[in-house]
Amino acid sequence: MSSRKEGLGRILTVALALCVVCSVVVSTAAVMLKPHQEVNRTRDLKRNILMAAGQYDPGASVEAQFEQVTTKVVDLDTGKYVDGVDAMAYDQREAARDPAQSEALAPEEDPAKIRRRANHALVYLFNNADGDLDKVVLPVHGSGLWSTLYGFVALQSDANTIAGLGFYEHGETPGLGGEVDNPRWKSIWEGKKAYRDQEVAISVVKGSVDPTADGSQWRVDGLSGATLTSKGVHNLVQYWLGEDGFKPYLSNLRKGDV
Amino acid sequence: MQMKETLLGPIFRNNPIALQILGICSALAVTSSLKVTVVMCIALTLVTAFSNLFISIIRNFIPSSIRIIVQMTIIASLVIVVDQVLQAVAYEISKQLSVFVGLIITNCIVMGRAEAFAMKNPPLPSFMDGIGNGLGYSFVLLAVGFVRELFGSGKLFGIEILPLATEGGWYEPVGLLLLPPSAFFLIGLLIWAIRSWQTDQVEAPDFQIAKHKPAEEAA
Repeated sequence: MSSRKEGLGRILTVALALCVVCSVVVSTAAVMLKPHQEVNRTRDLKRNILMAAGQYDPGASVEAQFEQVTTKVVDLDTGKYVDGVDAMAYDQREAARDPAQSEALAPEEDPAKIRRRANHALVYLFNNADGDLDKVVLPVHGSGLWSTLYGFVALQSDANTIAGLGFYEHGETPGLGGEVDNPRWKSIWEGKKAYRDQEVAISVVKGSVDPTADGSQWRVDGLSGATLTSKGVHNLVQYWLGEDGFKPYLSNLRKGDV
Repeated sequence: MQMKETLLGPIFRNNPIALQILGICSALAVTSSLKVTVVMCIALTLVTAFSNLFISIIRNFIPSSIRIIVQMTIIASLVIVVDQVLQAVAYEISKQLSVFVGLIITNCIVMGRAEAFAMKNPPLPSFMDGIGNGLGYSFVLLAVGFVRELFGSGKLFGIEILPLATEGGWYEPVGLLLLPPSAFFLIGLLIWAIRSWQTDQVEAPDFQIAKHKPAEEAA
């Protein structure tokens, strides 16, 4: 090792040159691939909305299928649609981080452990062939065991019967908590009822539910080997269908006054 | 001949996981399904090969006092590029791999090869060494992933092979195999198998266990 190679000037030059080259490479890759990534992300979201509503056809293009869907922005407190907010551009996750567009939740009013809730939420409306409301898909999220689960709950037009449920992003243990993605488990949710006498009644219980027992329509089997993930799903569904979530909106929807 | 040895040596004779016990972390984390495992193997092989190549090209310019940080910078840049490409072309899989692609940066195999091989050898052999070590890593991961996915969830590449009891079939899956610790057992068994075959890999015991004595004699 010659002293020239180890000199301070040399060290700085090499470090600087390396940083410049590497940052150019990294930023070029990031900028060039960004449009592709955005397309993927949006498509994935749309596919999951269609899947939650049970309207997804893998053979056809996601974009074409999504054209039947109307996206609206809802004020969660009043349960009314909001005008003047662009539904296409609204990012609920971003809004939940912005103090001007969200509120912090105290631990006792935050069963889903989301810490902040955005004031506005998106809802996705599916109409049937006659143009009447067929299904409504609501975005939900909450903590599982390791991660925050992000997903959708779809309700029939009575705003009570569950049409489907699905998560598009989570980091639960594959094979255990990760079974929230299992189509067989998700199909259990179909036809269950969310509310009993205006109160949120849907719950995820340990073990399996006897379909003939009283109240079984409000109960869903927990995932075996994934108690905490099941609990997380239970909490987030309860929260988002509850008073602080979409309940005001769904009541209005039932009355036809939104 | 030497090139062949550089390329193929790390698969059995000098396997980075089985002999050097490097890169165990990701071997535990990503092997519960084969599809994810394959993508991880490709990503790591590419990163190791190209980081070796670039480090070897500039090896004569790197001041030794900052060589580790220089290696890290190159490796980190490559990993970010790989991660970005995955998000653009294989979004589903990149979602499943999540943090583990990013963690290639801290994978001991990549750093180890850069420091031990690429700093002292010309670009082409270094590149081959990177590919070889990537293949060695891949061999172990694929073996572990195969067993874990087949017996843990009855599938291979997501296609049902053993119909599960929960889905109306006959196979009762081994839940342990879906959890990361099971990979320890499988890697242990694999090391045992390799060392029974390549006996020169067996290490000398650190100490000899003394012969058992009756209690009164020991006292």
